[in-house]
Formats: sequence, structure tokens, C-alpha cells
Amino acid sequence: MKGLLILSGLGIIAMLAEIFKFKKLLLPIVLLGIVAAYATNFMDWNKNFGISYFNNMIAFDNLALAFSGIILVTAFFWFILANDYFEEDSNTVDHFALVLFALVGALMLTSFKNMTTLFLGIEIMSIPLYVLAASKKNDVKSNEAGFKYLIMGSLASGFLLFGIALIYGASGSFDLLEIKSYITNNVASMPAFFYVGVVMLLIAMCFKVSAAPFHFWAPDVYQGSPTLITALMSTIVKTAAFVAILKLFMVSFSNISQLWSATLAVIIALSLIISNFSAAMQSNVKRMLAYSSISHAAFMLMVVLANVRSSLSVNALVFYSLAYSIGSIVAFGVLYNVSRKGNEGIEAFNGLGKRNPLLAMCMSVAMLSLAGIPVTSGFFAKYFVFTTMIGTGYKWLLILAVTTSAIGVYYYLKIIIAMYFKSSDGEEVVVVEKSQTLVIVLTTVITLVIGILPNLIGNMFEF
Amino acid sequence: MLTLLLIAFPFLGALILFFSKTSAAKTIALGITLVEFIISLGLFFLYKHNPDNCQLSFEKDWVSNLGIRFDIGIDGIGLLLCLLTTFLLPLIVLSSFKNEYEKPFNFYGLMLVMQSALLGVFTANDGFLFYVFWELALIPIYFICLLWGGEDRGRITFKFFVYTLFGSLFMLVGLIYLYNHTNVNGLKSWNIIDLYNAGHALNATQQSAVFWLIFIAFAIKMPIFPFHTWQPNTYVNAPTQGTMLLSGIMLKMGTFGVIKWLLPVVPLGVEEWGGTAIILSVIGIIYASCIAIVQKDYKRLIAYSSIAHVGLISAGMLAMNQQGIQGAVMQMLAHGVSVIGLFLIADILLRHTGTRDIDKLGGIRSMNGNFAVLFLIIVMGAVALPLTNGFVGEFLLINGVYQFSPTLALFAGLTIILGAVYMLRSYQKIMLGERTDSNVAFGALAGSDKAVLIIVCIVIVTFGVYPKPLNDIAEEGVKQLLTYIK
Repeated sequence: MKGLLILSGLGIIAMLAEIFKFKKLLLPIVLLGIVAAYATNFMDWNKNFGISYFNNMIAFDNLALAFSGIILVTAFFWFILANDYFEEDSNTVDHFALVLFALVGALMLTSFKNMTTLFLGIEIMSIPLYVLAASKKNDVKSNEAGFKYLIMGSLASGFLLFGIALIYGASGSFDLLEIKSYITNNVASMPAFFYVGVVMLLIAMCFKVSAAPFHFWAPDVYQGSPTLITALMSTIVKTAAFVAILKLFMVSFSNISQLWSATLAVIIALSLIISNFSAAMQSNVKRMLAYSSISHAAFMLMVVLANVRSSLSVNALVFYSLAYSIGSIVAFGVLYNVSRKGNEGIEAFNGLGKRNPLLAMCMSVAMLSLAGIPVTSGFFAKYFVFTTMIGTGYKWLLILAVTTSAIGVYYYLKIIIAMYFKSSDGEEVVVVEKSQTLVIVLTTVITLVIGILPNLIGNMFEF
Repeated sequence: MLTLLLIAFPFLGALILFFSKTSAAKTIALGITLVEFIISLGLFFLYKHNPDNCQLSFEKDWVSNLGIRFDIGIDGIGLLLCLLTTFLLPLIVLSSFKNEYEKPFNFYGLMLVMQSALLGVFTANDGFLFYVFWELALIPIYFICLLWGGEDRGRITFKFFVYTLFGSLFMLVGLIYLYNHTNVNGLKSWNIIDLYNAGHALNATQQSAVFWLIFIAFAIKMPIFPFHTWQPNTYVNAPTQGTMLLSGIMLKMGTFGVIKWLLPVVPLGVEEWGGTAIILSVIGIIYASCIAIVQKDYKRLIAYSSIAHVGLISAGMLAMNQQGIQGAVMQMLAHGVSVIGLFLIADILLRHTGTRDIDKLGGIRSMNGNFAVLFLIIVMGAVALPLTNGFVGEFLLINGVYQFSPTLALFAGLTIILGAVYMLRSYQKIMLGERTDSNVAFGALAGSDKAVLIIVCIVIVTFGVYPKPLNDIAEEGVKQLLTYIK
């Protein structure tokens, strides 16, 4: 809870920075704040188990703390990477504040216990991102991205709200656990509109994590937004949305899984096929990463589908989110530096192996991790998903996932090949700021370390 | 502990090379691989002295809550392949002394990493560890082919990587499925014996499914018809040392995998589908031999001959009898040695005459008699003439297939005739006959090349005349394996 308060406070401080003229100090303050939030988070671990705030609207149990931790770590690295993104624009402080408020929303999503906090969390997280997506004011594409994101996001929010209303109409409560007990008590006699409500929630959440067939906004928005904002969207926002799905469907609606599991299976299958085939055909790296993030979303949804409420699947999701977020930070960090001249095509990576060997090596590790090759963290992430899935009746989906992830290797390797095999027109060296190099190297090392020692976080939950 | 040293030593050597960026990488790599060979000889004598020596295994928890252990150890068949790997690596390094590679420290470093991973595959006693080493072996060879390969390397290595990874992922699913069926006091386990038991407990349909999931990975790696399409281009395009690693050792990962990780795991599945797989292998033998006959590029010819050889190996071991599996082990060793000699010869031809095109070569014997003799001995080994090391394995293999089905043995036996056709025919064209314009002066062989060829020839003849030490270990290993199958 303290972490949430600290971040909100930071957001307000960031807005005051312009008036009181401490813009230069803002980044250190924010970083310190995030560290502090993480520290309080860490101290609550295993302690306040079950203690809730605001009439059980929010509770920071271990699950919430673990995912908040992932989000905060990612945010910490992101802010260092984004250092000069904030310097470029005149309205720095607004950007700081917006990102911080988006983080507040994300943390709310990890900890909500009530449908109203779910809705608040999603809105608090999304609205700043609509603005940030359009933050390159003179770029048509960026404006298009912001606009599309806003329209599609609002549509999804509409679905979400309607779904919540229908569920409230049937169960008479916003509280997750009360809804759960309502389901257990009235399995036979639930009104049809309750089911409609559940499916609407599912659709809304699939919009947010951009699972097919609700993914159409994602490639355009990812491509149009400034690279670092895309990084933010594909790491922190995704992670937060997944905790929300995990909580909704594995806690509240787990007893009526026969209702939503078939739908979810189709959504996953479509996501796997569409994303991997489309990604293989992209020449714009950001667009490719957008499609690849859809495929990763499908993998994470598979854990929810398996619906084994056990330590195994929660661990799998925690691990996957962390592995994916860290891998993406590396990938986007490198992409950001490589595409400074405006070329985001795959040819921007040509000859990077010569132009900046360190960066090329980090990118290779990131790509291998996203592709799921041992001994990177991405491999164990995939492995955990496979283990949760293999006990279920959805073996066909597992085979599909295996097949499509082999296709996935195709487009990740394309970048590695471009870096080492193709030569660029000019052999100019890619210069990277020290702080950014540090972040990229550090996240690469983390990718390898948790790939070799998955026990570090692979068994956080035992119940 | 010694087994751990065996795996860790080349890896540490590789790290030294990566970070020192020394230009003397060749010599250092040669030194490291020679020391490694001595370590494995040590293992060999320890094992011969006392096969149950506890020093030879090493266990440690890795991911304890999932039952994953770092569990390595030596058994008969694994020992032979470790010997093969550690014996071939110095030869491969030595054979590269005449080639100048850019950034040699990376090249040799990757080679050593690859050696580590291969030895890991041959010694792993934990299903998960086996998979990790299996995949790990793929990454260095991918970069070796990508960074130092020929013309069209981007596209070709890519196909190679995706193809093999595709198979591996299915194997992973199969292994996880088995793991899910293990039960050791209520816990799941990745230990090989537990996986064997879990496999045996499955019914025939489940075993068949697991058989195909796992077999595809091995079939692609070997490769068996119709999963072979990545192989010829990759072999031809890779740098010579990469090709040697691929065909000399990496191919054995597939055959070794079948012997240790497939036959004892799902015997019913093998009984059900082994026949189909043998037919595919035999088709591969004939098909690849026929294509080899009409090849113009000598390196490509060897690539196809490799498919034919591995087809016979796989047919023999899938027959699941003592002779077949033992023959497969012996033939793996023989093929590894002779194919390295052949690929070196292809490289020598290219370096001395500027071409590997069989039609453009001729009359080299009159220019370099020593080379002709060495080449001939290696060719004899490859066509499995009696008193060469290839003969023992091939004889046992055909014997094994015969016990399974005489008709199939008849077709599989064609490999002897067809092999003789393409091998001797190409030898004749290259070495005998009229001199052609392109090779007016062949010149003397370089010292390092000569050394490698002579060592290969010595091994071919020695173990052709006296195969007993290796054969005894293979026989014991296979007997032990068959107890798991029955």
C-alpha cells in the first residue's frame, strides 16, 4: 500500500517541478521514489497477508506484491532508459507525471479486490497512455496511434463497465470474493445476463492485452507511439492487465470455467496463429515486436486457461511476466538507440555486430530469450507454461503453441542475422549513453541469471 | 567429479578465449582440446577398471521444486561417444591451421562451448538437463555457420536452426508428458530411470504418441528421410570445421538420443512404429546414395553419403536387438572418424586446386602420391571394407536389420554396393585419369593436414584390425540397455 502512496506522491511532485524549478532533480527523485516503493513492497512480503484497505477495495497480498515488484523493477530500468526522452521535449514534467500515474493504475490492478477498483485501475493506467502515445505532437503516426488507442481503449472500457454492471445486477456485489461465493451458492440458478457479463469482461480484458481477434489496434499503436512509450505499453501495461485477468478468472470465475474456457481457447489459438504469421512478415521492428507481444499474451493466457489454481500456474505467470518484461526492456532499449535516425526497419540493425558489438550481443540474448532458447529466462517461462498446460484437456493447443513458437524463432533470428551477417551502408559506430548501456547490460545479465537459476523466483508461491 | 570436469573444462577454456581476444587462439584451443582428450582417456581407464565407479557421476539439485537435477554420469555408450568427441575435437582444430578465420578467438571459443554442450548431452542422466544441453549445442554451431559460413549462409543456417528447433520443441513436450507421469513417492522426477518407468507404465497408444513427439527431434538431427532437407545445404555452406562438428559429432546426438532416450522409454511405441521408421531410414539410404552418385561437388557428395550412413545406423538401432544397437554404436564411432577425414580432403582439394568439382579434377595421384594413399585408406574406411573400422559396425547393423526383416536387410544392404559406387567413382575421377587444366600444380600437403589424415588413417586401420576394446564396452553398454527395454 505504501508503494502505491509513494508513487501517487511522486506524480504530484512531478507536476510541481515546473513551478518550483527543480526539473533537473526530477529523475533522481523519481528513481529514489521507485526504490523506496520497492523497498516498502519488499518489507510487506509475507507480512500483511490478507490485510486490506478501504473496506476491502484493495489488498496487498503476496500475489499483488510479486507483480508490483515486477512492475517497479521494470519501471526503474525504464526511467533510466527514458532519460533523454524526457529531455527532448519541452513539457518534460507532464510526461513524468503521466508515466507515474500510469504506474499507479498498474499497481492498483495488481491489488484490486473489487470491481470498482479494477475499473479505476484500468482507467488510471490507460488515460495517461493515450496521451503519451500521441506525445510526438508533430508526427502524424504518433497522433494516429494516440487516437486509435483512445477509441479502442474506450470501447474496451465500455465493455468492461457493462460487464461489471451485469455481474453486479446478478450477484448484487462488486467484491471479488462475494461474487465467487455467489457463484458457488447459485450455480444452477444464475440469470443468463450474468454469463453475458462474464464474457464481456473477458472481451474487455482481451482488448487490453491485445489478444486476437481484439488486437487490431496494437500494431498501429505500437508502431506510431514513441519507441519508449511502446516499451512501456508492452511491459508494464501488459503485466498489470495479466494480473487483472489472473485475479478475475482464476479467483472469481474459476467455478464456471466451462463457460469461458472454450472461448478463451479459441482466442489463444487465433492469437498464436495470427501474431506469429504476421510478425514473420513485418519489416518494421516495432511492428514485429507488437505482433510478438500478442503471441506472448497468448502464452500467458494459456496459464489462465489451464485454470489450475496452484502454486505452479501462479509461479508460471510471475516468471513469464518478469522474463518477458526484462527481455522487452533490452529489445526496446537497443531498438531505441539503433533507430535514433528514424529508421525502424530491420535494416537499421544491419552490421550492428561491427558497429557496436556489446549492443549486438545484448540484443542477441534478448531475442533468444523471447524466442525461448535455453539457458535464457524465456526458455523457463515457456517451459513453465508447457508444464501447466500438459495436464489439461487442451493438448491440441499445446501442439499449436509449440509449432507457432518455432515460427516465432524465424523473426527473432532475422534480427540476429541482420546484426551479424548483413553489412550496413555506413560503418558508423552506434554511440550509446553510459547509463543506457548500463541498463541494457544489466537487464541482459538478469535474463541470463534467472535463466540459469530459475529457482530465484520460480517458486515464490507455495500453497 | 571427473565427469563434471570433462564438461566444465572446455567451457572455461572458451571463456578464456572470449575474454583474452588472443590471436594465438588456434594453439590455445589445440592445447585445451588435447588436455580434454587426456581427461576423457582418464575416464576411459577408470571406467574399464570399475564400471560402477562413483567418481564418474555427479549430482546436484538445480530447480529442486520441479525435480530438476544437475545429474551427469558415465555409462558404456555415453563413454564411447565422449571419447569420440574429445578425440575428434583436436583433429578438427588441427585441420583448421591452414585456414585464417576472422576473430579466431570467437571461432574457437564457440567450438569449445559446443564441445561442452555435446559432452553434456552424452552424459546427462536427467531429462531436463539433457534437453538443455541439446539446445545449447545448437547455438554455437548456429553462430559458427552464420558468421564464418559461405555465400548464402543467412538463409541456409536459418532453415537449419528453425528446422532443428521445431523438432526439439516437440521433444520437450514429449519429455514433459513423461515427467508428468512420473511418480516417486508422490513427487515428480526428471531422473532417467524414473522417466523409463513412467514410459513403461503408459499404454500402447500413449507410447506411440510419445514416440513420435521425441523421435521427430532425433530424426531431424540425424537426419532421416524425409526430414533431411536442411542437411546438404547446411553442410556445404558451413565452414569446414563447422561441417566436421555437424557431421562428425552433432549427428551422433540424434542417434545417441534414440538409443538412450527413446528405445528404453517407450518400447511399445517403438514396436508399434519402429517398422515405419526403419522403412523411412531404408528409403533414405537408397535415395541419398542415388543422389550422391550424381553429385558434382565433392563436399555435397559426402553430405549425401552421410545421410545414407545415418539411415543404416537408425535402421539398425530401431530393430531393437543386440546386434543392431551395438552395430549402431560402432558405426557412429567409425563414421565420425572417417567423415572428418573426407571433409578435410574436400577442403584440401579446394585449397590446392580452387575447386571441388569432380569433373574438373583429375590425375592428382601422379602429383602427390602420399595424399593418394591416405585418401584411399579413408575411402576404404567409408565403404566399410573388411579390416577397416567401418566394417565391424556395418556388418552388425545389417545383421540386426536382418533379424528384424530379411527383405528390409536386402534393401539396406544396397548401401554397401551404392556406397562403393559413389565413393570409388569419385576417387577415381579425382585422383586417377588425366590431369586437367585447373590443377596443374597440386603441391605438397601442409604439415597439419598431413598429421590429421595420418591419424585418421591409423585409427581406421587399427580399430578395423582390433576393434575389441571399443566393441567390448559397446556390447556391455547395449546389454545393460536391453535390460531396461525388456
